[in-house]
Amino acid sequence: MDNSERIERMHALLNDAFQPSTLEIVDDSHKHAGHEGAKGGGGHFNVTIYSAAFEGKTPIQRHRMVYDALGDMMKSDIHALSIVAKVPEQDS
Amino acid sequence: MDVLERIKQQVDENPVIIYMKGTPQMPQCGFSSRAAQALQGCGIEFAYVNVLGDPEIFENLPRFADWPTFPQIYINGELIGGCDITLEMFQSGDLQKMTKEATAANQQA
Repeated sequence: MDNSERIERMHALLNDAFQPSTLEIVDDSHKHAGHEGAKGGGGHFNVTIYSAAFEGKTPIQRHRMVYDALGDMMKSDIHALSIVAKVPEQDS
Repeated sequence: MDVLERIKQQVDENPVIIYMKGTPQMPQCGFSSRAAQALQGCGIEFAYVNVLGDPEIFENLPRFADWPTFPQIYINGELIGGCDITLEMFQSGDLQKMTKEATAANQQA
């Protein structure tokens, strides 16, 4: 799987799990290519996700929810994931 | 000793500990580097484990606390998060507060 396929797959999994109002996934792999920590393959991605599902959850719970939704991708396809997970601001 | 027991002992014995790629002086990954810098910015003593130097811990830490990535930061034996959460807490001032309380309590004990 190359990184654009990985992003497509992540979009599908996260949309399914959270019906987010905002979902952005950026491939950040180029910044980390070749360093010692990245030897295992897998991409670096930044995820920004806004969903009502995060209401009342602590940061660690939100991260866990995202990791859980991505499931097996965390084992091989994703080497590192930077996550911003928020509740969408309510319309006033 | 079983590796999970070894990790348990490390997080219990050290009020603040980071499992990272490389060391605070020679980090091998940007995420580990930023998290270690935040801890250094708290002005407290903390322990670290270089997971690249300990393959057994590298393999097993993700299942210890059901957290798939490195770094992992523990305060008082409890996972507080990885790089993103640690930096967020540093920016809000919570990390300084929690680490100071944890290290102070440890010195009295």
